[in-house]
Amino acid sequence: MDNFKEKSIDIATQEVLKKAKKENIKTAWDRLELQQPQCGFGQLGICCTVCNMGPCRIDPFGEGAQVGVCGANADTITARNLARKIAVGASAHSDHGRDVAHTLSLLSEGHAHDYGILDIDKFKNLALEFGIDVSKTKEQIAKELSKKLLEEFGKQEGELIFCKRAPKKRQQIWKKLNITPRGIDREVVELLHTTTMGVDNDYKNIINTGLRCALSDGWGGSMIATDVQDIILGSPLPVRGKVNLGVLKQDCVNIVVHGHEPILSEMVVKASKDPELLKLAKSAGAEGLNLAGICCTANEVLMRHGIPVAGNFLQQELAIITGAVEVMMVDVQCIMPALQELASCFHTKLITTNPKARFPGVTHIEFQPQKAYEVAKKIIELGIENFANRNKERVDIPQHEMDLVAGFTKEVVFQILGGRYRATYEPLNEAIISGRLRGLAGVVGCNNPKQTHDYFHTTLVKELIKNDVLVLQTGCSAIACAKQGLLIPEAAKTYAGKGLQEICEAVGIPPVLHLGSCVDNSRILTAASYIIQEGGLGEDLADIPAAGCAPEWMSEKAITIGFYFVASGVYTIFGASPFATLGSKNLTDYLTKDLEEIVGGRFEFCDDPLEMAKLMIAHIDKKRKALNLKPVMYS
Amino acid sequence: MKQLYYEVKKCLGCKSCEIACAIAHSVSGDLFKVLKEEVLSLPRKKVLHLKDKNYPVSCRHCKAPICVDACMAAALIFDKEKGMVLHDQTRCVGCWMCVMVCPYSAIRPNIKTKIPVRCDKCKDKDEPSCVKACPTGAVIWQEEILIDTKK
Repeated sequence: MDNFKEKSIDIATQEVLKKAKKENIKTAWDRLELQQPQCGFGQLGICCTVCNMGPCRIDPFGEGAQVGVCGANADTITARNLARKIAVGASAHSDHGRDVAHTLSLLSEGHAHDYGILDIDKFKNLALEFGIDVSKTKEQIAKELSKKLLEEFGKQEGELIFCKRAPKKRQQIWKKLNITPRGIDREVVELLHTTTMGVDNDYKNIINTGLRCALSDGWGGSMIATDVQDIILGSPLPVRGKVNLGVLKQDCVNIVVHGHEPILSEMVVKASKDPELLKLAKSAGAEGLNLAGICCTANEVLMRHGIPVAGNFLQQELAIITGAVEVMMVDVQCIMPALQELASCFHTKLITTNPKARFPGVTHIEFQPQKAYEVAKKIIELGIENFANRNKERVDIPQHEMDLVAGFTKEVVFQILGGRYRATYEPLNEAIISGRLRGLAGVVGCNNPKQTHDYFHTTLVKELIKNDVLVLQTGCSAIACAKQGLLIPEAAKTYAGKGLQEICEAVGIPPVLHLGSCVDNSRILTAASYIIQEGGLGEDLADIPAAGCAPEWMSEKAITIGFYFVASGVYTIFGASPFATLGSKNLTDYLTKDLEEIVGGRFEFCDDPLEMAKLMIAHIDKKRKALNLKPVMYS
Repeated sequence: MKQLYYEVKKCLGCKSCEIACAIAHSVSGDLFKVLKEEVLSLPRKKVLHLKDKNYPVSCRHCKAPICVDACMAAALIFDKEKGMVLHDQTRCVGCWMCVMVCPYSAIRPNIKTKIPVRCDKCKDKDEPSCVKACPTGAVIWQEEILIDTKK
């Protein structure tokens, strides 16, 4: 009856789902079934709950009400609903960035002594970008820099400093459209304001405000998060790691970190090597401490330390169902509320750490940057203590894991391509110009039980690299492809087209580059700006033969990322189900057609990975033609 | 003979049954495509609201159907075996007499195609689409029973 292969292409996932079925444990897949049918009004975006005259619904068949009580039509309602999601997504990323900047501020005042300035070059470069005199002491620079970074959130006028990283032409487009973000918090608030009852009724204008808000995330909050994390936690370097549920160890105390903000999990990594704790683990009968990650916290500690990844978004429940997890420590975002009940079916201790994200009745150990290491140690101690409670008969870890190489950043890519002493993007640009590489693709985003888990990510990426498209990945998408063995250099030989293969072999990189967590999508933006700076591929981000895709998206954050990519001139495809805008033909056409003329990028909705690849390749070829590039070398 | 029944108390008026009905009678059978179809599929079922209750209404396939009597083109017949009022589209002249005489307002005119639409119990499917679509189980598909209305 249950077709596990339809639920996921990942064997480890299938095995744990079988165990769950046997033990009558419900997962997201089961809950999705219980939710059927999902409300058509919601899916089409024509349900408005903005004010108390509603909820109102527009009859999509044109017979009943075509406007809400206030008079808002389908265009306004769908645009407002979408705008709110953009604002929420931007808030999540940007608030993450704020916390990281705040940690830098504490560090500069000597309060966050467990952290340090670990990437001094990046630190100084960033300070220079903010016009700070770098001849001062490190502490003084950090003080001034963190102040300026935090000011980006509260700024009322002018523009975000990072906008200057974009090519001149792109900046002009933003200025012309009046979508240059002024202050991170301001853009979120202003967007939310426009969506309340009786403010903005022009769907095009609502989307414009949405684009500006999304830019304040991509070129603001997310970029701050990435850059400051690199400074205080260290910039990633290519690193080998392992992925999938098989990284959980039978005889060890398994601590799983899950969520998005790496500030605390970084300390957990440090503490997991503490000889005192190791001794404690041994005395509890375990062979050692085993740390693994889920979602973007996993990506962060993978990128910087090669900590194994237990799985992506849809595997968070499965990790607990293996019965081998002593502690699942969570911070913020993408943490399923279902974890609480699930953990109570096992010995697993769920620990919340962030004051913004709590569960009723769940152990809460609040993280404070001032006492970071101490908190991390306490969490691990709880894990060790809990090891004795593990029911060995219920432990069933699927023996599947895969190697991967992660840790690519815009700086590292420079060095790999050009060498340490003449770091440059020239070889990359040259490869695209000569046609050895067809172009670039960013494949990012979540999982969604509405479609076969990991299938869209991996099928799409395989098809892209087969056609000589170098794929840049972040988030759960990167984890999906890593599990299928696409993130090892050897994958080039098996899956990549001849041109991409030549490049991968020459510089020793996988055909799919793991750039980190979802906030690290900002790395893609800066890398693209460097490509334009290097020359030969046009004057604007929209000129680059590149495309983006979130094949299995579910989060509001994905919508915001999509919007800042489109606002940066990128053609972006969304899989799973489309944005809830189909109830308005006007808005849907605006997003999928008209926007290209306006910002250079546009959306596309598609529910077939091979078709997605076809569309992305067609777009890349269109851009190659516009640049008058030579035909692709091997096609 | 299976019939559609409704537990009115359970109906929250989300109109999911309407959408499912329109989709079931569309060409594509897909929510996201249905709105782009040339001839818009219409729901055969409507959720009507009266006082504080919602009433999903569709053709009851009456045993003494006055719509059949009213049809001047003999496009409507009552099939005793199937227990259903059947509609022959090729004979229908679009006079809307059936629409007018139906005591339940369960026959609806599709003005564009000039053909009335009514519940056909999703005859090609195991059960009508509205049954599955109802998130609260207010739509019930079961063998005909005698209900004591005096209670």
